[in-house]
Amino acid sequence: MEGHSTYQPKSGAAKWLERRLPVIGLMYSSFVTYPTPRNLNYWWTFGAILTFVLVAQIVTGIVLAMHYLSPGSMAFDSIEAIMRDVNYGWLLRYLHSNGASLFFFAVYIHMFRGMYYGSYKEPREVLWILGVLILLLMIATAFMGYVLPWGQMSFWAATVITNLFTAIPLVGGAITQWLWGGFAVDSATLNRFYSLHYLLPFMIAGVVVLHVWALHIVGQNNPLGIDVKSKKDTVAFTPYATIKDMFATALFLILLAWLVFYVPNYMGHPDNYIPADPLKTPAHIVPEWYFLPFYAILRAIPNKLIGVIALFGSIAVLFFLPWLDTSRVRSAVFRPIYRQFFWIFVLVCIGLGYLGSQPPQGAYVIIARILTAYYFLHFLVILPVLGLIERPKRQPPSITEAVLAKSGSAEPAAAEAAS
Amino acid sequence: MRELAGTMTGKIAGFLLAGAVVAGLAFSAAAQDGGKGGDAGEQTHDQAWEFPLKEPPLLSWSFAGIFGNYDQAQLQRGFQVYREVCSNCHSLKYIAFRNLAEPGGPGFSDAEVKALAAEYQITAGPNDQGDMFQRPGLPSDHFPSPFPNVEAAAAANGGAAPPDLSLMAKARAAERGPLWTVIDFFSQYQEAGPNYIHALLTGFGEQPPEGLVIPEGTYFNPYFLAGPSLKMPAPLSDGAVTYSDGSPQTIDQYARDVAAFLMWTAEPHLVARKRVGFQVGIFLIVFAGLMYLTKKRVWSEVAH
Repeated sequence: MEGHSTYQPKSGAAKWLERRLPVIGLMYSSFVTYPTPRNLNYWWTFGAILTFVLVAQIVTGIVLAMHYLSPGSMAFDSIEAIMRDVNYGWLLRYLHSNGASLFFFAVYIHMFRGMYYGSYKEPREVLWILGVLILLLMIATAFMGYVLPWGQMSFWAATVITNLFTAIPLVGGAITQWLWGGFAVDSATLNRFYSLHYLLPFMIAGVVVLHVWALHIVGQNNPLGIDVKSKKDTVAFTPYATIKDMFATALFLILLAWLVFYVPNYMGHPDNYIPADPLKTPAHIVPEWYFLPFYAILRAIPNKLIGVIALFGSIAVLFFLPWLDTSRVRSAVFRPIYRQFFWIFVLVCIGLGYLGSQPPQGAYVIIARILTAYYFLHFLVILPVLGLIERPKRQPPSITEAVLAKSGSAEPAAAEAAS
Repeated sequence: MRELAGTMTGKIAGFLLAGAVVAGLAFSAAAQDGGKGGDAGEQTHDQAWEFPLKEPPLLSWSFAGIFGNYDQAQLQRGFQVYREVCSNCHSLKYIAFRNLAEPGGPGFSDAEVKALAAEYQITAGPNDQGDMFQRPGLPSDHFPSPFPNVEAAAAANGGAAPPDLSLMAKARAAERGPLWTVIDFFSQYQEAGPNYIHALLTGFGEQPPEGLVIPEGTYFNPYFLAGPSLKMPAPLSDGAVTYSDGSPQTIDQYARDVAAFLMWTAEPHLVARKRVGFQVGIFLIVFAGLMYLTKKRVWSEVAH
């Protein structure tokens, strides 16, 4: 995906194929010779981690689908059959459910990294927008996946979220019935959610290809946020980035293993081990942890329609981030004021997450309103204004100079050979 | 100057937010008395009580921790309690008789399971005449429900059908608050279910606090998650089940044993899970170590 390939096929078969479909050359230039900034830190390994998790989710999901039954009368029982009678079914299901949690954990880190280092700025706007699109698809996929076990939380989450569409003026009721395939959340709803839950991951995979393509056109950002100026600023993707990504992925797998094998139900809600009952509303309906900040925003606003608009707006605003941030300096390393606002924003998101898990009453509502207002203020006021008034620190002339100044060593010859 | 002004704005915004949170928390502490206990997140201020009234005591379980393992004798005793007491009202539909002989469980022999299953009458059929008939149970049969359907179960129990117990140990947990929730991740606390079951079974018979209204036909229990009382009367009494292994025949011991048994019915592959987890953990740590050393070697010649 990066210019002309330097790949030279050696065997006869490879030469034959390369003349007809240069797929090996494409892979070679994308994942072997692709130049990657030499100063990337471990926050840059989450792209590889996310790719790994997506593949793992699809693989475990496909096997689970071989055993899962989607009619409302069978769904809960089929999950229990997977947990009890399918060979290593418990492992597949715990991998899939905890994998979904860690998918969001990794994607949020990936996004905060992009925000800190200004990875959405010119020329990476499309790259960022594709990423937000992936987030949207992930949200839809995870929500529908959570409904599939057809426990109490599944059912009531589906009820709460689909009811949001009734807030649309005039056609809301009709749209909601159309989504349900009936007059309430029922077996028909579950079946279509299952169908879409199987479809959307492949759409995610498709957008990921575009995301990686866009990345390979504009090149990676880096902690300094300055452009790559010469070959000396970069190293080859393989082995340098590959081995670092593998190490980070291994660490990530240790975290996943801890969840799957030792605290498999930590992320879930006990109520989801109670079969769905349309006549019994749980005391507190809470979504999975990764939706809690958005849930807090939804509930902070007393008007349903405006609440729903705020909910979607909280994600939609991310699409405009490249233009809302008026600063021409990418990295927060050189933006002393932005850096503080960034961390405040992170705390606000965590705070909203906590509030989303609490009942919407008393002081919780007041704090949720303040934090919701701040969430939008951050994007719509602070970022545009800050770019105009902030005086950034002086940026180094090149990545290589900054790196060598830090390590205090002369440029080793090997690096040049490697790049 | 501009930089200073900017820094100031950042700090002020930070202070404002921190202030908002602190003020909010103070409010929430005040609101605790009059808040909570609402239905489906609705705001209700007429209820002064917050349930459960008491948190379950934390017991030590043989199946807790990285090397956790079920105590076979305890599971067998717990099964006896289920069979002689709980099964009069509660089903155990996800458990088949054969499960009792599977590895990581109570460890009954195949012959014992066969004999046990045969003691139950299972409705099967239809036969070639189109009629349902009764036959002795087989190891592949699931535990039969004490009632033909939910409606019959509810009718026989004052309007509330006794829930199936198979998943009870994973379907109930008392909230632990934000601090413990974080600690529980690292301390690997996964025993909220059995702790709750034990607390509930031993929590009957206490006097309700003054002012708390106990609805007619229900029994006060300070550990009950959903309200002041439940329709189940105290199911256990000292000496109700005769143990053959000399274990104490007390409510507390019965409750511990049946809670452990229900943990097994909810998570029958727990032992295998923890064993595989340990192997996977060792592999991943070694693998990550090798990756780290390789990474160090590869990058050793490049300043970064």
